[in-house]
Amino acid sequence: MLYRTAGQFKTSYKSDMALFPVRQDAVLLMVILGFAWVVFPLTASEFAFQTLLIPILIYALAAQGLNILTGYAGQLSLGTAAFMGVGAYACYKLVTLFPWMNPVLAILLSGFFSAGVGVAFGIPSLRIKGFYLAIATLAAQFFLVWLFEKWGWLYNYNASGAIQVPNLDMFGLYVAGPQASSIVQYYVVLAVVTLMTLLCINLTRGNLGRSWKATRDMDIAAELIGINLMRSKLTAFAVSSYVVGVAGALFVFMWRGAAEPNLFDIPLSFRILFIAIIGGLGSILGNYLGAILIVGLPVVLGTVPQALGLPISSAMVEHLNIMIVGALIVFFLIIEPHGLARLWALIREKLIIWPFPH
Amino acid sequence: MMDGSDLGILGKDERQDAVKDASKEVGYVTEDGRQIGGVLMELRNITLKFGGVVAIKDISFDIREGEIRAIIGPNGAGKSSMLNIISGFYTPSEGELWYKGSKRPPMKPYEVARLGVARTFQNIALFEGMTVLDNVMTGRLTHMKAGIASQAIWWGKARDEEIANREIVEKVIDFLEIQNIRKTPVGRLPYGLKKRVELARALAAEPSLLLLDEPMAGMNVEEKEDMSRFILDVNDEFGTTICLIEHDMGVVMDLSDRVVVMDYGKKIGDGPPDEVRQNQDVIDAYLGVAH
Repeated sequence: MLYRTAGQFKTSYKSDMALFPVRQDAVLLMVILGFAWVVFPLTASEFAFQTLLIPILIYALAAQGLNILTGYAGQLSLGTAAFMGVGAYACYKLVTLFPWMNPVLAILLSGFFSAGVGVAFGIPSLRIKGFYLAIATLAAQFFLVWLFEKWGWLYNYNASGAIQVPNLDMFGLYVAGPQASSIVQYYVVLAVVTLMTLLCINLTRGNLGRSWKATRDMDIAAELIGINLMRSKLTAFAVSSYVVGVAGALFVFMWRGAAEPNLFDIPLSFRILFIAIIGGLGSILGNYLGAILIVGLPVVLGTVPQALGLPISSAMVEHLNIMIVGALIVFFLIIEPHGLARLWALIREKLIIWPFPH
Repeated sequence: MMDGSDLGILGKDERQDAVKDASKEVGYVTEDGRQIGGVLMELRNITLKFGGVVAIKDISFDIREGEIRAIIGPNGAGKSSMLNIISGFYTPSEGELWYKGSKRPPMKPYEVARLGVARTFQNIALFEGMTVLDNVMTGRLTHMKAGIASQAIWWGKARDEEIANREIVEKVIDFLEIQNIRKTPVGRLPYGLKKRVELARALAAEPSLLLLDEPMAGMNVEEKEDMSRFILDVNDEFGTTICLIEHDMGVVMDLSDRVVVMDYGKKIGDGPPDEVRQNQDVIDAYLGVAH
């Protein structure tokens, strides 16, 4: 009843191609943005900022980057974490080489380094597809992590071999480093993620997005209707790596505060791939749903026994966590292999015609 | 982005002149009184080899502006290979292709598409994950030039282009009577409609030469009639030159102005349908001969 599209007529192609042609979607988004921008910051505790809000946004952004490559352009990648690492290390070098630089600008710029590296490692995609390409990106994963470890210049020859985020301020407020407050960092992350999401939505629904999807669905046909496959694949690698790189810079500068090379190792790549798959490949919304599930679930599972006063040891909680998260992943993939976003799309379709079955 | 002028074949003006020259050339008048123009594409002594297998052997024919040209022949005769050569998917081992009055160098399929050659496929090659509208919009890709920044903010050139091209696409959708399914994902459509969407995608490119690879394969009589009507309408309304491969003889003989007959990679007949029908080689190829 609430979700009726009847009566919403479009009189121009412009309004039909609006971001949210259905009024209810726009209202729903406004409510979510209202929560994200006003309600959460006012009510969230330090714990909520650090374990839920900030990481969910950053993971969702990283998954979004991967989704552009894998979900939209159909190029499987296992090197996401390494590209995040490139973003993080580039950002570290930028803020240490140019201390006067606005930190948000540095974060946005560091994505370009990641994009460049992404394109370089995307070149094999011109010849190989599918699992074989995944193996080629795996090479990027191992090579880059090795590089983060061996190339001293990257971490300014720190004795620890790790990068430590310095205190960075913007308009008199600390936005990164030990002195930054969570709420400021949350707003920076939210602003960057909102902007990136908007750009990604536009890219994926436009001409470039269509050429990516065409490349994914049938590359031979795509080439025969005039798509330059090389351009299509490499732009996908560039845009994807840019977004992933920005996510990596946020990951270290706005959340972790420090990073060692092995932070960007393959488990992180898999984590982001799981978020994208569970959320739904080829969807922007899915990344958020996936991130909420993968990041949020362990936190909820960790706090519930305590809240109920159950005498369970923390090691036990940890193990239960892994088992329950694993089971839920399998469960969601069985009921909807195309991810949570598809589940939402189906619910939406049903709601539009509810209470009638057809 | 890339058109003929960037490919170093001919300058743009030169190319247009070539087209004009071609149309000045005397064509012929069809049975139903349509004036057919000059040569749009000419294939000269095309040979295609895959290792030791000779798929096409020394074939020459031309396609004239505004005509419906059919390529027929028994299975394995090399018809699809021929179409693949025209659309740039295969490069002929020997021989030359002349398009709009100039020799076409070996080029990538996407470059050929940008020269105004669009095609459909024998086994439907739609983008299953996209809606009908998006599929047809991909046909406009070669006409859209907005940069990535403009597309990312959905403002300025990208948005104007999107709207302008949407209008053209909607005309094609109207023309092929698929308005009601425009927002349906292609994967959910029945076979006959998919074929029509594929034609829509090819038409959206506003091609000078439209290649149809078995447009009626696997259709029932009604769907075949619909498709035949669309093919004739496309030719009639937009003046599009069409080259098609088809197995249904009735359809081919009714639709086409001139027919090329192939057998075992060789050309055994070429001419108007009635003439081809009388050709002894053609009859032998189709009915078999006693040895």
